[in-house]
Amino acid sequence: MAILEVKNVGKRFGGLQALSDVNLSIVENTVHAIIGPNGAGKSTLLNCLVGKLIPDTGSVMFDGQSVLGRKPYEINQMGISRVFQTPEIFGDLSVQENMLIPCFAKRDGAFRMNAFTSITTQRDILDKAEEMLVEMKLADKRHMHAASMSRGDKRRLEIAMCLSQNPRLLLLDEPTAGMARADTNNTIDLLKQIKDERDITIAIIEHDMHVVFSLAERITVLAQGTPLVEDTPDKIKGHPKVREAYLGESQDAA
Amino acid sequence: MLSLNKKDFGLLLVVAILTLAAPIILNPFPANSGMAQFNAGYPDLMQRFVIFGIFAIGFNILFGLTGYLSFGHAAFLGVGSYSAVWMMKLLSMNVIPAILLSVIVAGLFSVVIGYISLRRSGIYFSILTLAFAQMSFNLAYSVLTPITNGETGLQISLNDPRILDGANAPSYPNLFGAQMNSAATVEFGSWIFTFSVGYYLCAVIMLAAFYISIRVFRSPFGMMLRAVKSNQQRMNYTGLNTKPYTLAAFVISGMYAGLAGGLLASMDPLAGAERMQWTASGEVVLMTILGGAGTLLGPVLGAGFIKYFENIFSKINDNVLHGWFSFMPDGFENFLVTVIHPFVGKGWNLTLGLLFMLVVIFLPGGLVEGGQRFGRVFRRKDRNAGSVEADAAKQRNQTAAE
Repeated sequence: MAILEVKNVGKRFGGLQALSDVNLSIVENTVHAIIGPNGAGKSTLLNCLVGKLIPDTGSVMFDGQSVLGRKPYEINQMGISRVFQTPEIFGDLSVQENMLIPCFAKRDGAFRMNAFTSITTQRDILDKAEEMLVEMKLADKRHMHAASMSRGDKRRLEIAMCLSQNPRLLLLDEPTAGMARADTNNTIDLLKQIKDERDITIAIIEHDMHVVFSLAERITVLAQGTPLVEDTPDKIKGHPKVREAYLGESQDAA
Repeated sequence: MLSLNKKDFGLLLVVAILTLAAPIILNPFPANSGMAQFNAGYPDLMQRFVIFGIFAIGFNILFGLTGYLSFGHAAFLGVGSYSAVWMMKLLSMNVIPAILLSVIVAGLFSVVIGYISLRRSGIYFSILTLAFAQMSFNLAYSVLTPITNGETGLQISLNDPRILDGANAPSYPNLFGAQMNSAATVEFGSWIFTFSVGYYLCAVIMLAAFYISIRVFRSPFGMMLRAVKSNQQRMNYTGLNTKPYTLAAFVISGMYAGLAGGLLASMDPLAGAERMQWTASGEVVLMTILGGAGTLLGPVLGAGFIKYFENIFSKINDNVLHGWFSFMPDGFENFLVTVIHPFVGKGWNLTLGLLFMLVVIFLPGGLVEGGQRFGRVFRRKDRNAGSVEADAAKQRNQTAAE
């Protein structure tokens, strides 16, 4: 069953048709990768899913409800979490506080004027955050300034923050961009573990073919703002149209 | 205790003791000694310390936590003052309705200004608030003369209706009969201590304001405000709507400013437009940064520091200087007086400016950071003690470095 249904989405920036006639459906509890050469419209598409951009045409349905015209925070409350290309965390806050914030957002909604309750009395939230910190092996860093962590740990924290909200759909925008090989492999293992242990749908935009072919169950190839093919990784590897548009000589890398 | 952890309760206790004993602590020099001019323990100045302390505590909830730098908070102070004087004219010389209305009106006013200004952030937000404050100042100064009495300022008079006051009610602001300007003087040897009703009312209200500020800092709401400062993008994608959070912080700080304005008018029942001028808005920014933005105690320290300078340093004139250096040879004495002259008396702003520069450059965490460094030298305390004060100072260092 499709959890996310994108139909005929188009987006134009001035003279550039960034997306045209994009149809995509992401099946529940799968890992779906969206790949494509630079400028193919991957990020534009992602931004249309999370409310940062509003497409000119078409519809985006999440679990039967339209996300178009909703603000990013409303879409998050519907159950879509996003991990950014460069980890977006609360750098000035401690790691523990970083974990508390999404837990509060999940429990209390987009705004709650709880200016007179002490955080230390919120046992359920503290326990939830602690559980997540332990699960993601960040517990010994809980009093650290988030900004002073390594890149890999920041990514881990960001994913932990997203997971603490039990999202139904996790969107990852090039999660291993700029990472060393070891960090990339750690991230792949982490995502595999998440996929195995949770009822979660993951959509991933990625340049690194190694990451894509180790994780994805379905792959959509975008080129020049429109989906070229959608299939299983094995078939994508050998697809002549894909080779022509994208993989070409870089097939060795895969 | 009071739903505070040990450390915060200790801080509150220390502030309470210092505030309540201020008439003694701030008068360390005998009344007839040459140093008596440095005594700050007279009611008028102490009232200013705590009232501007309240103003800065409120400002810090907005600026220190969310990082939104408002340059128009004096508008709320002015609105609070006008509301309070009107209450005293119309209803009663009792300060309770005056102070309540000043908080409410300033709150409503800040909802409007905040709602519009918070559509932008950074420098544009600052400019919008500045523009609103200048508009308010000009309205008060000229257009709204029937309400504000223009450049003369709003005053009380014997013809005021004061419908709640009986025939024998005091004609000066009072709290159920105890007049704000009444004071008890205690002589202790050659020391003279003045305990005034007005000061103790302000002090108790400031302690309440300080307590509320601690609670806000330690609440999930306070943490969200710090998250706004840190990363709004992540907040939005974590399902949090930043707008009501920033607006709530803005309104809370506006109400604190209104409270301060209401107290100013209660201590001295007149309200003038100059209270809303941009220099007054700038002053609270200086107080907060000087003391340590984002720390609990900083704004109170900053307010006291600046008000002390304004009132005490400005009183040192050439005669006083000559008195100090009279033991020196004449030529040298005159030379020293000439050198120091620009920095004292009317030049107190120059000294304050230099101090401000030194603090911003060497102590980006403000006086609080200075105190902590000082304390660390003696105690060799672990650096990551986890106190908000230290964290805030560290944060400020980082933002400054970036």
